[in-house]
Amino acid sequence: MIHTTIGSAGHLLVIIAFVSALVATFAYFKAGMANTPVDDLAIWKRFARVTYVVHVLAVLGVVFSLYWIIGNHYFEYHYAWKNSSLSLPTGYTISSFWQDQEGSFLLWIFWNVVLGSVLIFTNRSWEAPVMTVFALVQAFLTSMILGVVIPGLDVKIGSTPFLLLKEVMPDIPVFKMDPNFIAKDGNGLNPLLQNYWMVIHPPTLFLGFASTLIPFSFAIAGLWTKKIQEWIRPALPWALFSALVLGVGVLMGAYWAYETLNFGSYWNWDPVENSSIVPWLVLVAAIHTMIIARKNATALKTSFILTITTFILVLYSTFMTRSGVLGNASVHSFTDLGLSGQLLVYLLTFLIVAIGLLAYRWKSLPSDEEEVSTYSQEFWIFIGATLLCLSGFQILATTSIPVYNKIAEAFGTVLNMALPADQVGHYNKFQLWFFSLIIVLTGIGQYFWWKRVGKDKLQALYNPLLIALIISAAVITIQGVKDIQYIVLLTTSIFAIVANGTILFNIARGNYTLSGGAVTHIGVALMLIGILFSSAYTKVVSINNSGLMISRSEEFTNNDNKENKENITLWLNKPEKMGDYMLTWRDVRVEPRSIPEYISKSWVDIIENDFHAVALRDIVVNDKKYYSKGDTLEIFPENFYYEIEYREPSGRVFNLFPRVQINPRMGGIVSSPDISRKLDKDLYTYVAMVTNPTAEPVWSATENFTASLRDTFFVNDYVAILDNVVRTDSVEGVTLGEGDAAVKAIIRVLDNEHEYIITPSFVIRDRMVARKPEVNNDLGLRVQFQEINPQTGQFSFAVNTTQRDYIVMKATEKPLINILWLGTFVLVIGFLMATIRRFKDFIKMRDKENASINKNREKIKAQVV
Amino acid sequence: MKKIQIFGLVIVAVAIGIIISTAGDASTYVNFSKAQELASSGDNESIHVVGKLKKNTSGQILEMDYHPEIDPNYFTFTLIDNNNVAQKVVYKSTKPQDFDKSEQVVVVGKMQNGTFAAEKILMKCPSKYENGKLETTEATASKS
Repeated sequence: MIHTTIGSAGHLLVIIAFVSALVATFAYFKAGMANTPVDDLAIWKRFARVTYVVHVLAVLGVVFSLYWIIGNHYFEYHYAWKNSSLSLPTGYTISSFWQDQEGSFLLWIFWNVVLGSVLIFTNRSWEAPVMTVFALVQAFLTSMILGVVIPGLDVKIGSTPFLLLKEVMPDIPVFKMDPNFIAKDGNGLNPLLQNYWMVIHPPTLFLGFASTLIPFSFAIAGLWTKKIQEWIRPALPWALFSALVLGVGVLMGAYWAYETLNFGSYWNWDPVENSSIVPWLVLVAAIHTMIIARKNATALKTSFILTITTFILVLYSTFMTRSGVLGNASVHSFTDLGLSGQLLVYLLTFLIVAIGLLAYRWKSLPSDEEEVSTYSQEFWIFIGATLLCLSGFQILATTSIPVYNKIAEAFGTVLNMALPADQVGHYNKFQLWFFSLIIVLTGIGQYFWWKRVGKDKLQALYNPLLIALIISAAVITIQGVKDIQYIVLLTTSIFAIVANGTILFNIARGNYTLSGGAVTHIGVALMLIGILFSSAYTKVVSINNSGLMISRSEEFTNNDNKENKENITLWLNKPEKMGDYMLTWRDVRVEPRSIPEYISKSWVDIIENDFHAVALRDIVVNDKKYYSKGDTLEIFPENFYYEIEYREPSGRVFNLFPRVQINPRMGGIVSSPDISRKLDKDLYTYVAMVTNPTAEPVWSATENFTASLRDTFFVNDYVAILDNVVRTDSVEGVTLGEGDAAVKAIIRVLDNEHEYIITPSFVIRDRMVARKPEVNNDLGLRVQFQEINPQTGQFSFAVNTTQRDYIVMKATEKPLINILWLGTFVLVIGFLMATIRRFKDFIKMRDKENASINKNREKIKAQVV
Repeated sequence: MKKIQIFGLVIVAVAIGIIISTAGDASTYVNFSKAQELASSGDNESIHVVGKLKKNTSGQILEMDYHPEIDPNYFTFTLIDNNNVAQKVVYKSTKPQDFDKSEQVVVVGKMQNGTFAAEKILMKCPSKYENGKLETTEATASKS
């Protein structure tokens, strides 16, 4: 049965949400206009609130409907079929909710609804103008998932997640045979995204995106109602909150990439990554100017510009990642859903309204009479904010290259521009210097702010400078930092830590709640140091020195190949030296769902296109028996783990398990690293290439050997000796009855370092002959006992050979990466402290104002009475 | 002149510098003939070439070599650009896992001694989940 009700309900609720958002926008607009008659104001406001509540309920209903469809596996719906499957563990059904575009829009809409509700309750005086902007944004966002075609015009607005499979793919032959066909199972979530970071990263990032709307709304409300300075106090804590959440979201994405993708790092300067960092940089700049805007008119104007820019940049990055513009340039971007026109309208509307309003009010914004002194705190914070913006501008200028091509196309010219070939080098070239300067300014700025350093009082800065130089010199010498740009970044970061640390020490003794800024700056400096060492001083451990690459062909010997010989080939169970380590690839393992450890792939038989496997033996892990032979167990069928044994010179042994996924969504095989974490460095290992673990081996044509006892023969270039043929009582997979007879041959195969024993058996059972071949994966050999010739005393064997299993792996050491993660924590704590402080500040002021308003009212009442 | 104006001028100058430098670093999409031309004129910039793999009538890829047991970091194949010019490409890194399935390939690199030395390979693979839509993956010969 097709569950049409829930889908229709969902679709209807989207329409209600859209309409109610439009109505709420108008009602709040009326309630916010100064020329609305006073008597009507309260009515408009109450009406607006009611429609907003309707909107909230409708959005919650939409979210519920979509989740209901996914959670109940209604595969008649395209969204559920495309993004989830029966085998998906519950935690990840949540991620399949936002795997696709419509769901991620819905997530965004949901956060806006939550934030809007919080604002209504905490901020009555700003409600009307702020919520006008909110409701308008909601109208645009809900229109993205509207999925209606305007009759007559043939214009489609939005893309709904509530379409049936039949409606999306009507041409699939099965619908001709059975119009009520329902898929038994869905496509499932991309296994690459089946990771706990992908459960918490998208909601965090979208909360970050959604919350940038709040400072923007306050700025617009401030311009609109001419409260051109008062908006800062309520907006500031939200701006800090937004920077905190967005920053954490971005870093979670970076950490997920480090753990899961094999580009070997946490940041790839991918356009999609860039489009979330640029608004963050501008937002941080906006926070700094907002802090000084109450005293400084220039900073007030800049605060308007930057707060508006932050939100516009969020819209711009949404446009870039979702319109298909980046299709050629990014790994992560979505494909076009036909929404690019709509997104462009959304972007341009807010751009034009915001700029228009700002230009209209520009003359009435206050101006400074006096010049800002070079020795003032404002000046230094201002420079810092400017540098943050320039840094963001540089990233944006490069990331937008595909957009330039599109624009040129629209004007009929062909630009053919491509992103820089060495992207990482290109961005680092600029950003390293920007951040060296920015981090110095955090130290200087804090000194000017707290110590009241001014003209003729610069000596307060000498001590931290001296200490920083001494520490830097020591670190540079010990760590052997030689490049000038790294020396600069290191020294400036250390200066920032010392200067901010001194400030922290001084003010923490007074009132620790004020030290959020200093703590945050220390966090950033630590992060920069961590990034510097872990990326610039990454050491490749897996230098190929097996000697195998020596080839007669010219290309191998001619070129300067040496530089790139950074992967090594490992054969199953064959030790290979890598750097100081002795490496052995031991096994391929699979991941059972109910056992805390991986088990050998050879212990189970994986059922194809299913998430179950049959145990081929008793499964005992850590002395606990989980399954008996023949039991069925649940596994994660996409994941294979390559057990690689590392033997250190000291004799200590540890294993790493880099993962390979058979991932048809990513075109085939995807590998993820495993990381051995030490205090001072990470050892990062991934397999770049493997023999496909699910493919059946391709066996060579059968070769027959006939041998007497103790004879020697050659198989697959190995020396083999038939040692003996003995009677046996048990043959794997065959039950021997009375009168049956079985023998097995003992064949010894000599490899360079190892001896392998292969024992194919020969069974006579009910006068029938059964032959049980034996496969040795280490050698790529399959041997079957063919015949016994009693006359000659000779035995014959059928031998097939195959390509031996191999992996190509890469290992790198990332020094001091923990300083990066430590810095992240410090940054988060600093932001939290600052956010809490500014919220308290705002609440105190709000209550004071309310109290005075009430007092006035009572006075008026008293007078009237 | 007020300090704020000087400040503004400096910012504008830096921004222009950034734009110029970005334009300088930006690469271009060309074909192999143009790539050869650039290389022989001594231009050492990396460029993007879009092409398809050389296949026979039954869809098998021709002239593709990878022997990880000899050298895991040496992969060669032949790419045919949009003008039907075939060119041998050498990629000094591991063969990207899903290379065989890719329909369209973008190689980033430059011509060297008659072969195209690729630093990076972008692949577009047909995805069986999205009808007619293409997915992009990327591989880089990294030195990190």
